[in-house]
Amino acid sequence: MTDLVMPPVLLGPLLPTLLVLGAGALVLLLDLSPRPQGKEVLGAVALAGIVGALLATLARWGKSGRAFHDMVVLDNFALFVNVVICYAAALSLLLSVDYVRRSRAESGEYYALVLFTTAGMMLLAAAGDLVVLFLALELMSLSLYVLAGLFTQALASSEASMKYFILGAFASSFMLYGIALTYGATGTTNLDRIAAAVAGRSHDPLFVIGMGLLLVGFGFKTSSVPFHMWVPDVYQGAPTCVTALIATGSKAAAFGALIRVLTVALRGAQPDWTALLWIVAVLTMTVGNVAAIAQSNLKRMLAYSSIAHAGYMLVGLVAGGMSGGGSVLFYLLTYTFTTAGAFGVVTLCERARAEAVEVGDYAGLAERHPVLAAALALFLLSLIGVPPLAGFVGKFYVFGAAVRAGYLWLTVVAVLNSALAAYYYLRVVVYMYMRQPEGAPVTYAPSLAGALALVVALVGIVALGVVPAPFVDLAQAAVAPLVR
Amino acid sequence: MTSVSMLMTFVFAALVAGALLGIPRLLAPRRLTPVKAEPFECGKDPIAVSEGRFAIKFSTIAIFFILIDIELMFVWPWAVIYRRLGWFGFVEMMVFLAILMLGFLYIWRKGGLEWD
Amino acid sequence: MMVPESYYVGLSAVLFTIGVIGVVIRRNPLVMFMSIELMLNAANLALVAFGRRVGNPDGQAVVFFVMAVAAAEVAVGLAIIVTIFRLRRRLSVDDLSLMRW
Repeated sequence: MTDLVMPPVLLGPLLPTLLVLGAGALVLLLDLSPRPQGKEVLGAVALAGIVGALLATLARWGKSGRAFHDMVVLDNFALFVNVVICYAAALSLLLSVDYVRRSRAESGEYYALVLFTTAGMMLLAAAGDLVVLFLALELMSLSLYVLAGLFTQALASSEASMKYFILGAFASSFMLYGIALTYGATGTTNLDRIAAAVAGRSHDPLFVIGMGLLLVGFGFKTSSVPFHMWVPDVYQGAPTCVTALIATGSKAAAFGALIRVLTVALRGAQPDWTALLWIVAVLTMTVGNVAAIAQSNLKRMLAYSSIAHAGYMLVGLVAGGMSGGGSVLFYLLTYTFTTAGAFGVVTLCERARAEAVEVGDYAGLAERHPVLAAALALFLLSLIGVPPLAGFVGKFYVFGAAVRAGYLWLTVVAVLNSALAAYYYLRVVVYMYMRQPEGAPVTYAPSLAGALALVVALVGIVALGVVPAPFVDLAQAAVAPLVR
Repeated sequence: MTSVSMLMTFVFAALVAGALLGIPRLLAPRRLTPVKAEPFECGKDPIAVSEGRFAIKFSTIAIFFILIDIELMFVWPWAVIYRRLGWFGFVEMMVFLAILMLGFLYIWRKGGLEWD
Repeated sequence: MMVPESYYVGLSAVLFTIGVIGVVIRRNPLVMFMSIELMLNAANLALVAFGRRVGNPDGQAVVFFVMAVAAAEVAVGLAIIVTIFRLRRRLSVDDLSLMRW
């Protein structure tokens, strides 16, 4: 009988994730306390967990660590994505405090699930092994399925939950089968060892099919065309604070994992996946933007816009290298602040005791609530890519990287798409500033935490837009060890 | 050789069954009337769902059972090499069970185990 | 008689395909859900078969985690289905048409 060698337990690289999970467990325990009042404490604990994870992430910057036989790789890349995820989760939590209280939902479960899904996202970005990648993805997705349908009074919410669940689980199964085939072709699930095992024979059919199925799964999670069908329904039906989290955090995590898989495990096949992503990027941008034009529901419009933005990020991935990968990371940061802010305004606007979700509801908002209207206008302008806001700088770096890598036509398509997108974003601005409301006016659902979230997001998009250079440098430094 | 003849039998059986199903479909006239489409109920009008109604209140218990049941899968291999794992394995399993028990406590205190 | 691993892999591919077809053509969420479970288990079979061919236990270890994840998925999925059923008293994805673009 051979002696068992006990693996060393290094919890350091897991610290940010563990903080979030610990806060989740604490929320569950506190929720059991018999006192019915004081549920706001749970929100505070959840926020403290996220902030703690953010601080732990920032403290570990530059110290990359690997743990559990390289299954968890907390390098600068993962840390950067973790920062994005922490911001997304924190903004979404701030937005939801009053939303949850108004809908009298089970707040304990809500906060615990937000923390669990955040932990899944953070682990997903740090996954150095396909098994951890799968587990983290499921931790993230399963919590999100429930969150999407947690406010079950609304039929649309449970409908969104159902669609999200069926299609998400379908995508996960593809991913898992891809993992199985990859394991069969290489004999390992570790990303580094996969790259070593297929060096020089990356056209092994088993490996190609396996990675293809894996990419299908990623296509679902990053909401790329042709795997985007779930996005509009889920974004529309889910509670808006959850939609903000799905649109920002889960997308950031999925892109993080996608970049790691492409640049580490598929290092040898770069020309192949670049050609594939080129097509997917063009389709994703165009379908997202064209479909967004036809929408009258603001949440649905933002859903299609988020598909289009996934397309812009894919442009950065196609460009590849340090500048391409870095630009995608930076874009994720700008996109998170902008989109979370835009959904945040939606959570704060009420009309006739329901959320104001139709574009027409926003007519005359500028007269009644000038600050709120100005905030939404700024977020939409940032989504268009108007300087000096963050969205412009993000697009600038992504498209710049694509041009330098020689993808001129792709850049032309992307720029044309951005111009097309301006139409439907500006339409909302026109409604807010130049139209008179019909029927009951929009009211502001007062929320201190929500206002704080909007302030954070606004500061974020202005700061990133005015002084982008240090953040871009950080993003490029973060992606450097992956692309080499 | 036996396998070949068995295979032939299967193929032949499939052909006959297929033909029995397929030929009427090709030849027989199809006239669907409401009376024909009704489920057969011995002269009475069909009044209820054929599967009958069942109490959904047990489904929560069943769902919890699946979860806890599957977690035991991790305990089994641990128990097989428990002695060789020593203290390390013991502590690991206690951490695992503690997390599992947290979930169980939550279910219990929230009233998930009461089915009335 | 030894059954070669490729048979298992072939069987898993067939099961996976049946699962995919089931999800695509069936309209009852429960059946779609069962088809998804079939896909996961097809992957499990492939993992074990490949594990024997490759000669390391990683594949079998992965299967444990997949089964645990599948159980969690069952719990979440059934809970969602029960919720929808309570709201609508009917069950078909074609009824889920509140939102159309």
